[in-house]
Amino acid sequence: MNETLFYLILIVGVLVVMLSIAALLIWYERRMLALWQDRYGPNRVGPFGLVQVLADMVKIFFKEDWIAPFSDKWVFIIAPTFVVIAVLMGFAVVPFAPGLVVADLNIGLLFFLAMSSLGAYSIFLGGLSSNNKYSLIGALRGAAQVISYEVFMGLSLMGVVIMSESFSLVKIVEAQKTIWFVIPQFIGFVIFVIAGFAESHRAPFDLPEAESELIAGFHSEYSGMKFGMFFVGEYLGITLISAMIATLFFGGWLGPSFLPPVVWFFLKTGVFITFFVLVRAALPRPRYDQLMALGWKVLLPLSLLNVLVTGALKLYFAG
Amino acid sequence: MFSILRSIWLTFLHTFHKRFTVQYPEKKPQLPARYRGRIVLTRDPDGQERCVACNLCAAACPTDCISLQAAEDESGRRYPEFFRINFSRCIFCGYCEDACPTYAIQLTPDFELAEYDRQNLVYEKEHLLIDGPGKYHDYSFYKVAGYAIGGKGKGEAEHEDPPIDIHDLKP
Repeated sequence: MNETLFYLILIVGVLVVMLSIAALLIWYERRMLALWQDRYGPNRVGPFGLVQVLADMVKIFFKEDWIAPFSDKWVFIIAPTFVVIAVLMGFAVVPFAPGLVVADLNIGLLFFLAMSSLGAYSIFLGGLSSNNKYSLIGALRGAAQVISYEVFMGLSLMGVVIMSESFSLVKIVEAQKTIWFVIPQFIGFVIFVIAGFAESHRAPFDLPEAESELIAGFHSEYSGMKFGMFFVGEYLGITLISAMIATLFFGGWLGPSFLPPVVWFFLKTGVFITFFVLVRAALPRPRYDQLMALGWKVLLPLSLLNVLVTGALKLYFAG
Repeated sequence: MFSILRSIWLTFLHTFHKRFTVQYPEKKPQLPARYRGRIVLTRDPDGQERCVACNLCAAACPTDCISLQAAEDESGRRYPEFFRINFSRCIFCGYCEDACPTYAIQLTPDFELAEYDRQNLVYEKEHLLIDGPGKYHDYSFYKVAGYAIGGKGKGEAEHEDPPIDIHDLKP
């Protein structure tokens, strides 16, 4: 088959699949939260309430698309697109199966880190342009959170890079054929999961939006599909982080051969998405200074130590 | 740290708990007998209206949704000429039931009162009146009250002695 055509189809396929997963996650999260709170959740529209996704989308498209008259208009309008675009770009380097990757960059991991931190611009610009003090506080929190958690999110992955000797995600997956990196890199895994929660602004690290203190934080002034973009971006972020956890620590597409590799990949991703929802159902939001203290005083030294020990062991056994 | 893991685990265990939701339109909830729902007017065991149109329910009603007009029949029994409850204003507080001296007005466990037309929520006496005695099966106000009506004179009620002649000195 023509190579360009293959990649075009692949790109469109990834876009469609990821956007529909993001839409489906709205329903999935509500059902799972309900399950853990001993309720049913949306179960009326269609089988298991699945058509609820469609109903929600129709609703959000017909909502009034209000642009705050006191806002910085153009920034206000384009801010929600950043998070969606950045996260969707991040999926370009995720290997779904052998050969099934949009761009097998030799710096794939760095590309992912860059894209996931670009999503923060959405929060920052959205909160800043809203001209609303709660939004501004939310934006400030978002920026500070991303800056501090970005540092050791990258550092926690260095252990993986050291062990696989590559930044390419395909190579990293292939390096896990003997043992999944979650076992030798357990500390790195834990730190990456925590940083991933902070990176995707999910509960318990949803301080930028913190409904109970900041109304809705950075997106207080947003309505209609602009708000929907933030929402889709958040769910895409969850999917991306889950996909990365599966890729970097749980062997990506690797698995017993009775299921095709793509299925293994999506199964693993699904498990981590469920874990994201479970943590949201279980944990309260920490205070802001607690979040910062945890980041700088505990997780950063721990990730540095992890890099140090992994590197030392690698050198010792190599030499 | 431990408590965080513990609460995640405990939340996960809720996967296997029973769900509390009652799937309403298919499954009706089990309501207690004294649930405060739709208001009815009851009759005494002889099948006559209990309401004596004393207006106490209308006075007790915090939303003023009860209105009635007293009348008296040829035997001397008081009854409401009309009795109207506006359920679009009623808050189902049950004060009318508390105020009623004859157990006539009672609240029932029926809560399915939805209507498409607001005017349909105004219930007249013919909609409110039921055939039975409601929660109090044997109670009949005129049988225990000292008030004389046609067919029952002074002192003929239950647990009541004939009236004494107050001008007489004999014990």
